[in-house]
Order: sequence, then structure tokens, then C-alpha cells
Amino acid sequence: MWLWIHKFGSPKYFYTVSGRMLPWLAGATTLLIVLGLYLGLIASPADYQQSEAVRIMYIHVPSAWNSLFIYLLMAAAAAIGLIWNIKLADIVAAVSAPIGASFTFITLVTGSLWGKPMWGTWWEWDARLTSELILLFLYLGYIALQSAFEDRRLAARASAVLAIVGAVNVPIIYYSVQWWNTLHQPQSLGIGVSAIHPSMLWPLLIMAISFKLLYVVILLMRTRAEVLERERNNAWVQELAQALAGKNLIRS
Amino acid sequence: MTIAEFLHMDGYALYVWGAYGVTLAVLALNVILARQQRRKALRAILRVAQRDRSRA
Repeated sequence: MWLWIHKFGSPKYFYTVSGRMLPWLAGATTLLIVLGLYLGLIASPADYQQSEAVRIMYIHVPSAWNSLFIYLLMAAAAAIGLIWNIKLADIVAAVSAPIGASFTFITLVTGSLWGKPMWGTWWEWDARLTSELILLFLYLGYIALQSAFEDRRLAARASAVLAIVGAVNVPIIYYSVQWWNTLHQPQSLGIGVSAIHPSMLWPLLIMAISFKLLYVVILLMRTRAEVLERERNNAWVQELAQALAGKNLIRS
Repeated sequence: MTIAEFLHMDGYALYVWGAYGVTLAVLALNVILARQQRRKALRAILRVAQRDRSRA
């Protein structure tokens, strides 16, 4: 296990293996998104209360799950980088932040577009909405802190502390609908229980899986680019760049 | 269901298509920026290599 982590933690090994996986992951993600959109927008029924507006759920809920999942992964990667000094973990944490911020932004905007016709308001200072907004600020603060330091090690350390401390917000968001009497509806899905009819559950689950995969694809793409930037003085990166230039895949 | 009905979304067109549009735009931007970052990194590496060669 440790051997494997160290091998995969080596930037060159990571770059090679992820390069082989990426086309398959991107293909699977595209297929699942197309299937999820077909099921969500066309095949699934309109809701008897919400009519067609319920279709916003198929992007809002998977984005919200991603916004929390990515934060936890970012904090975990930052902690691993902080404790064991693994460069690749620092990179994974750093590049996850803008992706997580994107999904949080999507969650807030689609929620607002859903709230207006259903609740009659774009925004309400309710526990769920407010804690999700704080999540966006945590991501943005993390990104700002990353770029505030010239020294990459220092930037990784300082922002790792913020990411780990900020992780308390994740359970607050998750349980906010139970702890407080909120405008936001309580969760309808849990292990073994579902208040959602299968005709709506399937598109939701498929969109959720495709969004998770999309995160992995963007994460790998960004991590690979970051590896090239940080390892630019190493021979293998130089050779790779020359080989790509030789095939006219990249111009200087 | 006709295409016009589909686009109309029972009067919720602005909200439904607005939500899907914003999502598509933000996610597409993520993919485009990630691609650009890799290209930029490789170009910078080649530029430095060329400069070093012309100096030698």
C-alpha cells in the first residue's frame, strides 16, 4: 500500500497513468451526462406539485453533493500534503478548489432559479442556503490564500490549515435541514430510504455519478497541467514537450 | 409532446433553461481552462528550451 502510494505519488508515474485513463473517463462521463440529460429532461415525468420546474433538481442536487464531496476531498488531500509532505497531494488540493467553487456556484444559482418559482423568492437567509454560501467563501478564501504566497510550500501549508478548519462547515450544511427549521426542504434520500419515485431517482443518480466523474476528469486534467508546470526543469517533462512538438501537437 | 411544449417547460422555461444554461457554461469553462493550462505549460517549457539552445 505504502509502496503504491509512493509510486503513484511520483509525478512522472502519475502523469503517464492518468494520461492513459483520461480518454476512457472522459468518454464514460460524456455518455452518462447525455443519458442523464435525456432521462432528466425528456423521459422523466413532471412533478404533480412543481410541474416542469422539478427538472432543476437533476443538476441542483448533484452539484450540491459535489460541492460538499470536493471540499472534503480537498481538505483530506491538504491534510495529507501537510502531514506527509506529498507534492501530488498539495496539487490535488490546490486544483480542487476552483472546481469545488464552480459546483458551489452552480448549486447556489440553480437553487435560486428553483426557489423563485417554488418559494417566491430568489434568496432567503435560511440555514441551508447561508451555510452553502459560506462554503463558496471558504473556497474563494482558500484560492486567495494559495495565491498570496510566492513560496509554494508555504502557500500549501497556510491554505491547508484553512481547508481543514473550514471542514466543520460541511456537516453544518448537511444537517442544517434537520437542526434548523428551514425553508429548504429536508433531504429525500438516504441509505435504504427514498422519498423519490424511481422515475425521478434514476436520472438523479445518473446525473450524480456523471458529475462525480466530471470532477475526476477536470481534476486529472488540471493536476496534469500543474505537474508539468512544477516539474518543468526535469528531464522527462522536457522530453515530453519535445516529443509533442515533434508531432506538431504543440507549438512554442 | 411537441418541441415547442418541451421548450416552454409549462411556463418555467426561464428557470429550467437558465439553470441548465449556467451549469453548462460553468462546467464547459472548467474543461476549456484546464486544457489551456496544459497547453500553456508545454509552450512555456518549449520556449525556455529553445532559448537555452540558442544561447549554447
